[in-house]
Amino acid sequence: MSGRIEARFAQLRGEGRAGFVAYVMAGDPDFERSKEILLGLPAAGADVIELGIPFSDPMADGPAIQRGALRALAAGTNLQRIFDLLREFRRQDAATPVVLMGYLNPLLSMGYREFARAAADAGADGVIMVDCPPEEADPLADALDAQGLALIRLATPTTDAARLAVVARRTRGFVYYVSVAGVTGGKAVDAVAVAPQVERVRAASGLPVAVGFGIRTPQQAAAVAKVADAAVVGSALVDAVAGALEAGEDPAAAVRRTASDLAAAVRTSRREAVHG
Amino acid sequence: MTSAVSLGPDTRANDYHAWPDARGRFGEYGGRYVPETLMPLVLELGEAYAAAKADPVFQAEVAECLRTYVGRPSPLHLATRLSEHLGGGRVYFKREDLNHTGAHKINNCVGQILLARRMGKTRIIAETGAGQHGVATATVCALFGLPCVVYMGAVDVERQAPNVLRMELLGAEVRPVTSGSATLKDAMNEALRDWVANVEDTYYLIGSAAGPHPYPAMVRDFQTVIGTEARAQVLEAEGRLPNAIVACVGGGSNAIGLFHPFLDDEAVKIYGVEASGEGMQGRHAAALNGGRPGVLHGNRTYLLQDKDGQITEAHSISAGLDYPGIGPEHAWLHDVGRVSYLTATDAEALTAFRLCSRLEGIIPALESAHALARLPEIVQAAGPSGVVVLNMSGRGDKDLAAVAAMGDQAR
Repeated sequence: MSGRIEARFAQLRGEGRAGFVAYVMAGDPDFERSKEILLGLPAAGADVIELGIPFSDPMADGPAIQRGALRALAAGTNLQRIFDLLREFRRQDAATPVVLMGYLNPLLSMGYREFARAAADAGADGVIMVDCPPEEADPLADALDAQGLALIRLATPTTDAARLAVVARRTRGFVYYVSVAGVTGGKAVDAVAVAPQVERVRAASGLPVAVGFGIRTPQQAAAVAKVADAAVVGSALVDAVAGALEAGEDPAAAVRRTASDLAAAVRTSRREAVHG
Repeated sequence: MTSAVSLGPDTRANDYHAWPDARGRFGEYGGRYVPETLMPLVLELGEAYAAAKADPVFQAEVAECLRTYVGRPSPLHLATRLSEHLGGGRVYFKREDLNHTGAHKINNCVGQILLARRMGKTRIIAETGAGQHGVATATVCALFGLPCVVYMGAVDVERQAPNVLRMELLGAEVRPVTSGSATLKDAMNEALRDWVANVEDTYYLIGSAAGPHPYPAMVRDFQTVIGTEARAQVLEAEGRLPNAIVACVGGGSNAIGLFHPFLDDEAVKIYGVEASGEGMQGRHAAALNGGRPGVLHGNRTYLLQDKDGQITEAHSISAGLDYPGIGPEHAWLHDVGRVSYLTATDAEALTAFRLCSRLEGIIPALESAHALARLPEIVQAAGPSGVVVLNMSGRGDKDLAAVAAMGDQAR
């Protein structure tokens, strides 16, 4: 077990601030440029990286991440290439936790045990599977446990107290709180409404809570960072890739810019809260 | 599969009615693979459906609506000239094409709309391929005064234009889906995205015997009226059970509806026919014959997918069969060998479409024409005094433009 997730959240607690979790799609727009994007994220202020596994039918994602997945698949991205990408990243960064996020079928296709072995070997720390609720998760959790990988669970506005106990079972690292009922990049987060939910999830799981799904702007990220242990931004970064491609610019530079602004907002939000 | 374990949760061999189990499984298939946001809704739906299923008042309400509005029971027609043409035996058509809206889809829509009302839901969404399920959903929404949004692949919007007009006339909003292959699977993705974003008031009325539990079991239950009627009708007409029954399979709702009441009748051979499109070496939609197990749209089942587990695009001339998956109960019936799943190509379906029109005065849906295409072999296997029941799942009026576009192939 790498312990990178636990170490990072302990460090954040020590610094008295929330973390910035950056989601990018693996292989978007192609292997080389995706590598450059990934390598630039820690310097831009990403505390944790969520690396999207592209899937043909991403039913919980909005148009931005759907298009990112299509670009990555068109460039030939598959799990083997994602592990290659991750290995390249680990050569330069041994501290930033990387969580693989996606849908179950590519993992099933490879086989859970083989996936877990290869993911751990490449330097992954955890896995988030959008279409794998706790009721269906045991075989995957067994395979991940055997390799010391965390299966990070999702809690949502529709998760009531009874279900929260189910969600918290066998989860490790942190809990991902989906702040809005909707797809990624859709509705905007309401940080005030999220605050008690974060408390609820924290109490039930005893784990840090990262909030995502409705955060696009530095303002929104800062508001969430005041109440959560981390703020996750995905669609805005994937959109930065799309925008740069459209404008004939460098996607890695565009992602760095967007990520830096978001990271700065997250880092300073609690300080601002104290000083005024 | 030969192990007794795979035959039934209570280990009684041949107990086909014991499935799904409490986890929504048919053997290894089915389940509830949905995002956490939907999980509480899917669990709530399971409870609401179980309560409704056990409530005689609800069942009576469904039966009454099927009788007075849909026009059930649908007749069992002896296809005399087609039987002669095939060289003997007696082929019967279960005439689901005569239902209100022209296909079997309405059976399930009646059941689910009454359930949605019972649950206090005020907005209905649906996905549709050929448009038959969309039309049936729009119809029951008009009947009960509920707003209705139908997601339909942009490709299907084009090739099934008459059904789009029908849905709009019925007051539904048709939203064309351009993502992915712009067909049924993408429409289902988009409907799921809508549901995730509208959890408070929305009921997702799935038309296939697929999706997360309880949909495969619920859709099957509402469609078994087909097989229950057909079984009684053939017993009355022939004084015995048929040698074989046959239906086309996309997601598989018409097929499971016909098959289920016959599953325990071991002497009755059961055939499903998948769409093999251009042929199994080319583009097709035969999940059982050309796919392998995986997870999509909330259930584990056979899927068309590449070596990396990405879902591949299905192809069939019939929009209703143009889906890369299949209902999980069919996946299980395939594995245990109770049902034989055959295939028919676009060209074979077109030939059967034409033959049935001329010999029986019935223009079949292109979906049903896939089942018709395999009749020669099935009738031959049943022998000269054999009795075969085919599910005429829908009427072909909606397909005239697509068939005309195929030109000489169809004439």
